[in-house]
Amino acid sequence: MTSNTPAAPRGRERRKRDSRVGDKIFMNLSRGSGILLLVIMAAIAGFLTWRAGIALTKNEGNFLTTFEWTPDAPKPVFGIAVLAFGTIVSAAIAMAIAVPVAIGIALFISHYAPRRIAQPFAYLVDLLAAVPSIIYGLWGALFLVPHLYGLTSWLDEYLGWTYIFDQSKVGTAPRTLFTVGILLAIMILPIITAVSREVFRQVPRMHEEAALALGATRWEMIRTSVLPFGRPGIISASMLGLGRALGETIAVAVVLSANNSLSLHLLDPGGGTFAQNIALKFSEAQPFGRDALMASGLVLFVITLLVNGAARLIVARRKEYSGANA
Amino acid sequence: MSAATTSVPADARPVDRPLTANRLPKWAPAAIAAGSIALGCGIGLVGGLESKLQWGLISAILFLGISYGLAAQVEGRRQAKDRFATSLVWVAFILAVIPLLALITYTVQQGAEVVDSYFLTHSMKGVRYSGPGGGIYHALIGTMQQVLLATLMAAPIGLLTAVYLVEYGRGTLAKAVTFFVDVMTGVPSIVAGLFILSLWNIALGFSYSGFSGSLALAILMMPVVVRSTEEMLKLVPNELREASYALGVPKWKTILRIVLPTAIGGITTGVMLAVARITGETAPVMMLVFGADIINTNPFEGPQQSLPMYIWQQYAMVNNDFGYARAWGAALVLIAFVMALNLIARGIARWRSPKGGH
Repeated sequence: MTSNTPAAPRGRERRKRDSRVGDKIFMNLSRGSGILLLVIMAAIAGFLTWRAGIALTKNEGNFLTTFEWTPDAPKPVFGIAVLAFGTIVSAAIAMAIAVPVAIGIALFISHYAPRRIAQPFAYLVDLLAAVPSIIYGLWGALFLVPHLYGLTSWLDEYLGWTYIFDQSKVGTAPRTLFTVGILLAIMILPIITAVSREVFRQVPRMHEEAALALGATRWEMIRTSVLPFGRPGIISASMLGLGRALGETIAVAVVLSANNSLSLHLLDPGGGTFAQNIALKFSEAQPFGRDALMASGLVLFVITLLVNGAARLIVARRKEYSGANA
Repeated sequence: MSAATTSVPADARPVDRPLTANRLPKWAPAAIAAGSIALGCGIGLVGGLESKLQWGLISAILFLGISYGLAAQVEGRRQAKDRFATSLVWVAFILAVIPLLALITYTVQQGAEVVDSYFLTHSMKGVRYSGPGGGIYHALIGTMQQVLLATLMAAPIGLLTAVYLVEYGRGTLAKAVTFFVDVMTGVPSIVAGLFILSLWNIALGFSYSGFSGSLALAILMMPVVVRSTEEMLKLVPNELREASYALGVPKWKTILRIVLPTAIGGITTGVMLAVARITGETAPVMMLVFGADIINTNPFEGPQQSLPMYIWQQYAMVNNDFGYARAWGAALVLIAFVMALNLIARGIARWRSPKGGH
């Protein structure tokens, strides 16, 4: 492991005099692992940039605005326009559904449910967060898709005038960005619920009782004391969910019938997402095609990095409750 | 009976809504719910809506509307809002629980028809994709080996990093590590796969193997282990450390003999939850392990199989009813494994959690 110490602690001299070999070894080992993690993160960015650079210099199309993905053609052309659109739209649908419902469930578990129900359900939600995404995908393709025909044709019939809910071919299998959005919403529900529930639980009891004592109804109490206290928690939970939705690969690959069209008709099959595109195109990609996929992977990496980084910055981690590091 | 008493009789209060009167009875929400479900199903039947999803949605909207309307009539606007919020929370809960439970029951239903001892002990060697038969033995072996290797790499590094953050970490480096561990938790699995591909397979020239898959899994596992271990180490009371220092025990020994054993229950839980998480990862395995139909017990050479990838292949490549059946069987085994790990891990957490000492 690394033993050079760019950030040597201040009490270095004193500790040297102690010269406990075990201490030194152990400290450097543990610091080395910390540094190793940083190195890995840097390496991810570095290696992807390296391969992406190779791909981008030979790209004949515009990387940002091209719809096609044919890097292995004699004249390599590929772009992320469709992928970026699909990723953002499906994640947006997922967030629009999942965040309100997750807040509802979290409130249900922390404030509404009878205690006897609340505990098992909190447990259940935690368990569901562990269900692998391939199983969500399988279920989405073989159970959810057949069950969504009714809903999509209804949306098309009554909300078709909004353009986005208009189906150009009525009755096509709903393997669409809309369905992907619903599936992603179901997938990220448990994580958003789990995090916001923890935050709601930490609301100072005094705040709640003060509100109730002033004659507030339960909803007014929640609106005036629980939600304001929990807002940063809700935001960071949602960002965590968003990060997952953006990077979800296999469930999307299973459900979506992808192509390289960019359409605002959400109920039409087609489109694609970054991760799904990588998973599907990877097996038949030539070496150069792989580099092109790495370029799109780099974009995805940067996006999730920004989203997650923002989530963490919004909620600075609480250290004051810790037994160590007082 | 004097009218001059200080207490004002209820019916004479100036406010038209005394505290005790004009409440909907306790059974009202249940009754409204039953009513709206009946009405929703009725509308669904009459309207000929085939999707049960729509029946449910209509009932939910009816429930919300009726609760609000009724409460507004009887109890007043503030109470009505309160009831509306309560109903909304219940509806949100039920709407969410239904698909999640449907997922589990459907998987169990479909999988139970497939899983038997033959399915668990045979590989896909020589099995025609277009026909029945075959099993997941090779996938089970692959998953076990890959996850084990990943754990062997990720758990020590994660543990040591957590020790660094809690016991030694000060200054910029510790802050940077904390931040990037958090960010690393969100790295999409496919990106981890691409990274190992570019490093291990392209730059260093190794070919597909179970081990390169486990490298990617280790990357996904590390931050999870760090986060959970960190939380556990923080729960170890400072008094224990100080007592140990006071006896002249060096810091490293204190950490190894006092701090880690105190938190071992929680640490085990964290590692097991992380294992459960990476067991289900498909994307990186798909790119790096390549998939094989035969048993390959050597994770360092040649393509292997893994459970999640097996499901993916049976669904996407085979794509017929026999493939679906095998996919469901593997899905059931996978879900059972992950859930069992989770339950055991949480059991351990409850059994051996450090009792907060501050």
